[in-house]
Amino acid sequence: MTKRQRKLLIASIAFAVVFGIIPNANAMHIMEGYLPFGFCVAWGIVSLPFLVKGFFAIQKKLGQDRKNITILAMSGAFIFVISSLKIPSVTGSCSHMTGTALGAILFGPSAVSILGIIVLIFQAVLLAHGGLTTLGANTFSMAIAGPFLSYGVYRLCKKSKINQRVGVFLAAVIGDLFTYCITSFQLAFAYPSEGGVWVSAAKFLSVFAPTQLPLAIIEGFLTVVVMITLENYAQPELKSAGYLENGKR
Amino acid sequence: MKSTDKKIIAVILAAVAFLIVMPLLVRKGAEFGGSDDAGSQVVEAIDTDYKPWFTPVLERIIGGEIPGEVECFMFCIQTGIGVGIIAFLLGRFVERKKWQS
Repeated sequence: MTKRQRKLLIASIAFAVVFGIIPNANAMHIMEGYLPFGFCVAWGIVSLPFLVKGFFAIQKKLGQDRKNITILAMSGAFIFVISSLKIPSVTGSCSHMTGTALGAILFGPSAVSILGIIVLIFQAVLLAHGGLTTLGANTFSMAIAGPFLSYGVYRLCKKSKINQRVGVFLAAVIGDLFTYCITSFQLAFAYPSEGGVWVSAAKFLSVFAPTQLPLAIIEGFLTVVVMITLENYAQPELKSAGYLENGKR
Repeated sequence: MKSTDKKIIAVILAAVAFLIVMPLLVRKGAEFGGSDDAGSQVVEAIDTDYKPWFTPVLERIIGGEIPGEVECFMFCIQTGIGVGIIAFLLGRFVERKKWQS
């Protein structure tokens, strides 16, 4: 192990210790047992094709170039880190971010569904956070809907010649917020109140949205930081993933 | 790393630190509970006699809620795994660039 790597490792351990001590809270993800059985099955079925497509997408990317595995692993690890950090928000409650935009931009949204479900299973089994019964619904909101919109926003920014880093920022922010919108609607479909699904959705959104907005901005910033770092140190990988063209942004 | 990029990263990280610390200063004495719990409370408000029909696997095995400290530990492991992978790969990238130039 080189000196620099050792330094990074020590820094990482310090980082983990500092952020791991944020006090207990259960944020985001629909909790175990909180969706009726029918909805659990339905969301699972809806998610399945995306997962299958994601599996083949990853296989294809790795087949094209084995080098891709390093930044694929990094994108997955980024989701691991980002979704484990529970961050206080101005509303006085804690929530956490999704971190899926990075993978969506580099590998396309369907590949992220696989990375996302790994994290969700980890949290459901070991952390009692989210849940196995709600896995389908949570996968759909965090690992499918969010990344797909992120990817769309990123492509749109690229087409309209907006600065690439701004595009990455917007993709991450909007994808994160969209994940929570979907979660709200998933809960609203299962629990329509007297005024119907929309009234319920507004209720859930009013709980999630104000808390999530500052966190979405933080997520956008962090995604840009990782992207800048990769631009500097992992140019061959970014070219192979199609993010950089001819070494220039 | 380009010096402009270094500056951008420094500014961004400062902004992130500010965004994280600010709520603690603005909302003194707030509980900072999870927004997920809040979500569950809305469920219970809409459907007053709703009972969760499944309890988390781990809570079943140990027969009760996971202690707060243990949950922190688990989250810590999750962060640690992620940071470990990122730090390891980034370390390799940085070294590679150093030897190439």
